Amino acid sequence: MSFMVDLLAYMVNHWDLLLKLAIEHVLMVFFGLISALVVGVILGVISARYDRLAPVILSIANVIQIIPSLALLAILMLYFGLGFYTVTVGLFLYSLMPIIRNTYVGLNEVDEHISEAGRGVGMTAFQLLTKVQLPLALPFMMAGLRVAAVIAVGVATIAPFIGGDGLGREIFNGINMRNEIRIYAGAIPSAALAIIADFTLGRLENRLKNRTES
Amino acid sequence: MIRLEHIHKVYEDGFRALEDINLEFTEGQINVLIGPSGCGKTTTMKLINRLINPTKGKVYINGEDISKINPVSLRRRIGYVIQHVGLFPHMTIFNNVAVVPKLLKWEPRRIERRVNELLDLVGLDPETYRDRYPSELSGGQQQRIGVIRALAAEPSIILMDEPFSALDPISREQLQDELISLQENIQKTIVFVTHDMDEALKIADRIILMKAGKVIQEGSPEKILRHPANDFVKDFIGKKRLKQSEKVPAVDEVMIENPVTAYPTRGLAQSISLMERRRVDSLIVVDKQKKLKGYAPIFNILEKYTEEEQTLADVMKPFEHVVEQGTPVTVALDLMSTHQLPYVPVVRSQQDHTFVGVVTRGSMVRLMADVYPGQGNEGV
Repeated sequence: MSFMVDLLAYMVNHWDLLLKLAIEHVLMVFFGLISALVVGVILGVISARYDRLAPVILSIANVIQIIPSLALLAILMLYFGLGFYTVTVGLFLYSLMPIIRNTYVGLNEVDEHISEAGRGVGMTAFQLLTKVQLPLALPFMMAGLRVAAVIAVGVATIAPFIGGDGLGREIFNGINMRNEIRIYAGAIPSAALAIIADFTLGRLENRLKNRTES
Repeated sequence: MIRLEHIHKVYEDGFRALEDINLEFTEGQINVLIGPSGCGKTTTMKLINRLINPTKGKVYINGEDISKINPVSLRRRIGYVIQHVGLFPHMTIFNNVAVVPKLLKWEPRRIERRVNELLDLVGLDPETYRDRYPSELSGGQQQRIGVIRALAAEPSIILMDEPFSALDPISREQLQDELISLQENIQKTIVFVTHDMDEALKIADRIILMKAGKVIQEGSPEKILRHPANDFVKDFIGKKRLKQSEKVPAVDEVMIENPVTAYPTRGLAQSISLMERRRVDSLIVVDKQKKLKGYAPIFNILEKYTEEEQTLADVMKPFEHVVEQGTPVTVALDLMSTHQLPYVPVVRSQQDHTFVGVVTRGSMVRLMADVYPGQGNEGV
């Protein structure tokens, strides 16, 4: 019981530090996700459109996903040096696979008859994609984004190993100083971040799903 | 007017979908393409808005070769209603109907007016329905939206690909009726694909029957029913429908050829015993040359029965209605029902009055039984 009191006291006393780390954590995840969203959606659209490229793109994304996070960040460090941006690049690569795959699946799931209706009323290929196919694939893409976000929040905790910050810094310091309270002070907020991301994106996904169901 | 000239379509796998199709779709009419699945009817329709391009041959719309028109702008000029409704599920009813006007960059106020007008046209209140999503509508309502979406930008041509096939029978009938009455007002050139002969016969001004990539027969529903080109057409139309439309048979085919007759010189007692034997309530009186003289109902005979010197000639009455050989049975039926006659005599001709037979209510019943064969054992 006294442990809980100590933890709470620590977190209250160091709220400014924890908040700064949490914001940094969120920023790394956010930039990683946004760039993964832009690139991933484009690659997903390309995979859906060109059947021959799809296996190539999806396998590469899969391979990236398989590399252990620590190893990936270490390799990136060799090329990008230490710091915030290296972490962001790592998170970007990690988020790619769920987003590409879900965009690809989502676009393939669009009812062929609806696409044909779009072509039939005189939409150009681009209009068909932006006005019909992508909006209909959106629930799938949101599911991908959600998975990517949860993974990214977790992976971001190892950022301190390559000179990044974020809530991992507290965990890292706690391990070095054998201070349980500091480990928890980093781990609990980062777990909470993952849960919040999962919950909010999940609700968004459901809203989109209800709207597009036919 | 739409004209297809020497169209061939061969798919990459070598499947010959269409072979030398030459067709004209009449302006302002409902042209129905019909045939078994895989006959090329949908392919033929999709040539018109270039969803499919022919391997060989040309399609002309109002004399213009459509292979020279950009497919996107061509499609915006042609209404398209597809099989599985094909509404965009993520768009409201308003946005669905407004799709083509928006692509054509109409003014927002004009689009608004047009959408409301169209919703009114199919009996859906704009206030209630414009902001709903397709999933909130019934199948029949959805397809009504599908139809007015095709009409939105006022195209002169509308393509309809089995639009009502997924609906339940009642909504299907309703939408067919609505389409017919709609067409009376809008007078579009409609190309309608179906595999349902009843639907085709109901809505078509012209039917084009296809099989294995070829046109087998084209013409008005009436012409196809009356003069099917070959056995395939007959099979496809179905025996029952053919029979219904066959020429109405002549009275000769249904009349009784040897009814109970008697000469005018026959005595009354003799006549009564003849009637008893043959179980009839009146005699048809003919002379030795088989000329029709009249008829003697049993009540007339009984009335004069006591006067022994009387013969049938004295009690008989002339027929007021007779029909000639070769008259359609409908005429005889009409006479019988308007004048409450139990039977009508048939004569060789009105001039010479040679008696050949009678059409009775019973013979009509037998004819009906032939035309509408019983449905197994259901009849009681």
